[in-house]
This record gives sequence, C-alpha cells and structure tokens, in this order.
Amino acid sequence: MGDHHHGPAKGLSRWLFTTNHKDIGTMYLWFSFSMFILGGAFAMIIRAELFQPGMQLVEPAFFNQMTTLHGLVMVFGAIMPSFVGLANWMIPMMIGAPDMALPRMNNWSFWILPPAFLILAGTLFMEGGAPNFGWTFYAPLSTTYAPPSVTYFIFSIHVLGLSSIMGSINIIATVMNMRAPGMTYMKMPLFVWTWLITAFLLVAVMPVLAGAVTMMLMDIHFGTSFFSAAGGGDPVLFQHIFWFFGHPEVYIIILPAFGVVSQIIPTFARKPLFGYDSMVYATAAIAFLSFIVWAHHMYTVGMPVAGELFFMYATMLIAVPTGVKVFNWVTTMWRGAMTFETPMLFCMGFLVLFTIGGFTGLMLSIAPADFQYHDSYFVVAHFHYVMVAGAVFSMSAAVYYWLPKWCGRMYNETMGKTHFWISFIGFNITFFPQHFVGLAGMPRRIPDYALQFADFNMMSSIGAFIYGASQILFLYNVIATIVAGKPTSEAKTWEGAEGLEWTVATPAPYHTFETPPQVR
Amino acid sequence: MTTQSSTEYEKYYVPEKSKLAVCATIGLISSTFGAANVMNDMTFGDGATTGSWGIFWFGLFFFSATLFGWFRMAIKENLAGMNSAQLKKSYVLGMFWFIFSEVMFFLAFFGALFYVRTLVGPWLAGEGEGGRMNHLLWEGFNYQWPMPLTPQEAVGGVANQPVANMGTFQSYEQSMAFGEAAAWYLWLPMWNTIVLLSSSFTVHVAHMGLLDGNKRKFNIWLGITVALGMLFVALQALEYYEAYAHFGLTLNSGIYGSTFFMLTGFHGFHVIMGMTMLLIQWLRSVRGGHFTADDHFGFEASSWYWHFVDVVWVFLFLFVYIL
Repeated sequence: MGDHHHGPAKGLSRWLFTTNHKDIGTMYLWFSFSMFILGGAFAMIIRAELFQPGMQLVEPAFFNQMTTLHGLVMVFGAIMPSFVGLANWMIPMMIGAPDMALPRMNNWSFWILPPAFLILAGTLFMEGGAPNFGWTFYAPLSTTYAPPSVTYFIFSIHVLGLSSIMGSINIIATVMNMRAPGMTYMKMPLFVWTWLITAFLLVAVMPVLAGAVTMMLMDIHFGTSFFSAAGGGDPVLFQHIFWFFGHPEVYIIILPAFGVVSQIIPTFARKPLFGYDSMVYATAAIAFLSFIVWAHHMYTVGMPVAGELFFMYATMLIAVPTGVKVFNWVTTMWRGAMTFETPMLFCMGFLVLFTIGGFTGLMLSIAPADFQYHDSYFVVAHFHYVMVAGAVFSMSAAVYYWLPKWCGRMYNETMGKTHFWISFIGFNITFFPQHFVGLAGMPRRIPDYALQFADFNMMSSIGAFIYGASQILFLYNVIATIVAGKPTSEAKTWEGAEGLEWTVATPAPYHTFETPPQVR
Repeated sequence: MTTQSSTEYEKYYVPEKSKLAVCATIGLISSTFGAANVMNDMTFGDGATTGSWGIFWFGLFFFSATLFGWFRMAIKENLAGMNSAQLKKSYVLGMFWFIFSEVMFFLAFFGALFYVRTLVGPWLAGEGEGGRMNHLLWEGFNYQWPMPLTPQEAVGGVANQPVANMGTFQSYEQSMAFGEAAAWYLWLPMWNTIVLLSSSFTVHVAHMGLLDGNKRKFNIWLGITVALGMLFVALQALEYYEAYAHFGLTLNSGIYGSTFFMLTGFHGFHVIMGMTMLLIQWLRSVRGGHFTADDHFGFEASSWYWHFVDVVWVFLFLFVYIL
C-alpha cells in the first residue's frame, strides 16, 4: 500500500470509482459548469419573455417554473459545487496534504449530485409541471398550492444537503488534520480559511434546510400543520426557518469567492495580502453575523417592530467586516507592481461590482426603505451583483488563474480578456437597468410588466444575451486550452504567485505531496 | 499548533479505487425516488399502483447493504493496521461534525416549537401585533398549550374558514402533557426518561470497563445499554399506540400533534440508529473480539451518538412533555 506512484486508471472507471481529490475536483467543476449552462438557458428564456411587455413566448405557469429552476440550479447546481470543486483541487495542495481527509466519502459527495439534479430537472416533464414557487419555495405556495412534482423537489433538496454536509465535513477534517508541518492556522492561504469557515456554515445550516423541507413533506402528505394557520401553525414559520438557512447560504456562496480574490490580487499586485489577520477575523465575523440577520429577507411579512429594528441593525453591522475586506484588497493593490492578466481583470471586476452589490444590500437593509424595494427588480439587481459579479466572476478568475497548474497548458490570454470584457459589459447592461425599473416599482417573478418599463427591459434582455454568449467563449477557451493550449511546465505560472500549489510540478501530478513539505 | 511528524505521512493510505460511492448513490437515489413516488401515489394518485414500493425497497436494501460493506471494509482496514494516526483523527473529526449537523437538524424542529408556542399561538388568538386579523379569520380562538382546539375548529370547521386549508385538522381528547400528580408512576414519558438516562450511564460504565481492559465488564454493560435502548423504543411505541388508539392524538391534530410527533418521532428514529450502532459494536466485541483499551473508535463514536440522543431527549422531555 506504500505505492504512491500509481497514476489515474483508464476509462470511465477512473471517474466513477476515483478517490483522488483532483479527479473529484475536476468532476465537480465540469458538473457545475454544465449546470451553469442549464441555469443560464433558463435565464435566457426568462429574458426572452421579458424582452417586450405582453406575453411573448411562454405561458405564465411555465415562466414561474423557469424562475424557480433558474434560481435552484444556479445556487445549488452551479455556484456551490463549483467552489466545492475548487476546494477539492486546491485545499490539499495549498496546505501540503496528500489528498482530502476522507477520500471515499469525497467521491460519494460528488456522485449523488448529478442524479439529484436529474430528478430536479426531470420535474419539468412531470404532470403538473416543475416546481413553480420560486427558489425560496415559500409555504403555502410550496405546500397547499404546489404541483405534485414538489415531492421530487423535496427529496432532491435532501440529497443536495447530504452532499454538502459530507463535502463540508471532509473539508473541515482536511484543514484541521492534514496541514503540513509548520502550516499553522494563521499561515494558511486565505482561500483555505474562507473555505474552513464556509464548511462550518454549511454543516450548521444545511440540516436546517433539511428540516424545513421535511416539514413541507409532512404538511403535504401526512396532514401536519406546520405551515397552516388553520391547524395552529404559521406560513411565516417557513420563512423564518428557510432564511435561517438562506442567509448563511449567501455567505456560503460568497466567502470562497472572497478567498479566491484574496489569492489572486496579491499575485498580480506583486505584494503580500494587506491585513491578513484582519481578513481572517473579518471572515469569521461575517460568518457569525450571518446567523442573526435572517429576517431582513422578510421585513414586509408583519414582524413586530422590535424584530424589524434588531434585524436592521444587525444587518448593517455586516458592512463593517465586509468593508474591512474591500479596503484590504484595495490597499493590497496600492503601489503594487500591477499587471492585468485575465484572472486579475475578473478580480477587478469583482471588486467594483461586488461593492456596488454591497451598497444596494445596505440600502435594502434599511427596513422602512425595504418596504418599497421588497420583491422588486431592485432586489434582483442587488443579488445578481453579488452572485454573478461576485461569485461567478471570481470563479472565472479562479479557472484562468489555476488552469495552467491543472492541465499544464496556458490559456489564450486575448480570448480570456475578451471573455472578461464581454462579460463585464454584458453583465452591466443586464443588471444595472434593473435597479431603475425596480425602484420604479417593477415586481420580480412576473412574466409581464407595465409599458413604462419596456425600454430598460429590452436593454436588460440584450445584455443577458451578450453575457450568455460570452460564457460560450469561456467554454471554448477552456476546452481549447486543455486540448491544444501552449504547454507550460513552469511550476510558478505567475511571477508574483505565492503558496505551496506553485511549488509542485506543472501540470500538478496525480498525487501531489508524497512527503510533507516543510512550511516556515 | 502541534506540528505533525513526517512519519505519519508515510503511512498515509490512499484507497486506490472504490465502487462504494457509486453503489451508495444507486441505493440512496433509488430509495428517495421510490419514496417520492409512493407518497405522490398516496396523495395525488388515482389509486393506481406504480410499483414504486419495489423501487423504494430495492434502494433501501441496496443502500443498507452498501453501508454495511463500507463499514465492514473500514473496520477491516483498521484491524489490518492500515490506518495511520492521522486517518484515525480524521474519522474522529468526521463523527464530531456529523453529530453537530444532527444537532442543527433538531434545532430546526425545536425552533419551530418555540416559535409556535411563544409567537404564533398568541397571534392567532388576537394578541399583539400579529393578532390584528383575529376577528376576520379565527374569531373565538383561545390560545393555550397543549392546543386542544385548532383555530379551524374554534371557528366551526372548514365550512366557516377554508383559508390556508389542506384538510381538516382534528382535535384530540388528551395530550401527552403531565396529567395527574397522584398517578405519576403511570406517566410513560417519565419512565422513558429514566430508561434513557440510565442507558447513557451504562454506556459510560462500559467505556470505563474498556479503558481498564476489562472486556467482560464492557460486554455486559454495553449489552445492558442496548437492552435499555430497546426498552425505550418499545415504550415509545406503546406511547404512540396510546396516542393514536386512546387519546385521538395524531399527526393531524393541529400543530400540537405535528410538533409532538415530529420531535419525538425523529428522536425515536435516531434512538433506533444509535441502538443499531451500539448493537453492532456489541456484536463486534462479543463475537469478533474487537476493541482494545486504546483502539475502539467504532464504539466511542457510537457512544457519542448515544449521549447525543440522550441530550436531545432531555430537551424533549422538558419542552414537549413538561413545560
């Protein structure tokens, strides 16, 4: 068993039966990209319908299914697994470990995802249609008035939750137990730190989501009344439980993105990260606060004033650690010897656009103001600024940044930069006007709108098609790199890069560290 | 931070390939898909059977068999000395965080209970800021806990108030709360508490025996623990029978029935899981001679789990039965 020199197996069994963190990371990444394309296709249908006022392409019932599945697939299928894939690939290499702590469970965490999404997407072809109650699946829309396919939706959420919990336990065990000698906690790369905290959040809130869908299941099939006032329950109870999961969930999505940006900006500024310690503490503070702000998603539900005030102030507090992070990134670049390769461009885009999303978040946190913004396109604009320009941009940055290390080939820089600029412009054309129509009162999740919103919506749709097309370019660039990119064997792809992953050979060998590296 | 010596790394075991994950996936997905089919047949179906029970049972069997094989393999690897100290610590961490996730699962249901009892009940009865709609929706509903009369019944049933209705919620005759002080010895939950708390103690005694290298003491006290666990499950079954047959208390009995059965039901399910785990450890020790004073994590993990279900029960006893 001491033989560490074996390479990957041949054929399909390599992927089905693998226990290798790099194989599993690769599968996560490709799976999440395919989900990104699927969720993106749903988004294109939504934007095509909203291209002009009036009914254009699809039935309103189908439109509801599209908004629901777009959200679910993007959150649970595209963004979360993409960062898990990144964690699988990078964390063992960054901390000097031979593999993940629990490799067989690691494979299981991945393999239950594709069938769960197959079932979820399969609901589209079921009688009564796919889930149509929005990705937040508020009761009673998701219980009393739900289509029969809701049962399949519930079980796929259970399975996704199981996958996330197992994946997170693995990451926690890896980081706590597998660090190379000398790799103290406060020497870990920030990506590892943010993922450790994210994994903690996942283990804490995924079971709560499982509890929420279990209550739905019981209400639908077994006559309980958790979410029915007629039996003494309360539909608002659903919202509380859901958002107790849902708010930490948005940090689960963005914290690994923070980690990626904290790796890339120092590389291209050729300066160490400014305020490393404060970055760690800020991440922990954000994670703590994420547990006590959930009701800011439900200001208009009729909470007591004391509740509104508590959640408002707690929410505003989050701006402090987030501000620490943004200022640290900016200060890292200050007087740095900066160059703007594709990963850095995406990080710059992230920095500007995520901060805009942060500011609109601050606007939304003000309870009295939120009574106007609630459920409008302003909210849609806000969370796409943090989800797309935040999480997806940083994910693109991460792929360009580490792709040469992964496959030993260099991507086409011109094509990468083109991808960035089309994405950046397309993204802003799509979502910036949505702030205006939202403030003017256009509600979200409705297939039709008043005539005065027509111009901005057409603009939005055109932007969405541009953004969508730019992702095809991304896919092409990645495949072209893997198949026929310029081979590179430099251990350190980027001049300013720091960290253990840049000390191993390029492309990274199947088993990275056979003996532990000494970290000083 | 303690630095790990490099010798631990040399023993690091990378399993080459494993079919376990794929088999477990087939089992898990079939059983959940089958369960969803069964439930939809039941609720939305026209009475036609789709053979879904077969898918469900196939999946469950396949899943259980895979997990059995998986744990068997992990045990064999450990007995063969293949596990490094580092891998053992990974298993410890894995079990700890798994139990933490279970705690959070129960938290969701306890949270629902607290929210309903302190906020929703009074609001439905017209108190406070949430009670402004009382005269339109549930006029005449008085809140008390346990809730003998649902809001729907308080206004005269579904005919008078069909809002937010998925069916009719029926009241019960008797709740599970503590009744007569004179007949305290007839109150099942108290006996359940005694049984489960004792079993936590006995499993601890067993652990002490194992740490002393006294396998006989370990086997006896672990056997007693498993027996107490079985007694608990039997008493719980008796309680459910009483609830359904004599008290008219069902899942359908409004939010009291919902929270009561879901909290105690999930707890009971976890007791069965924990008991099965301990039973397997007992069989391993008695029949296979496994476990030594310094290598017995299979048992220790199960006993942690057992203490966890015990702690959950203490909270249940307090918040579901007594208060």
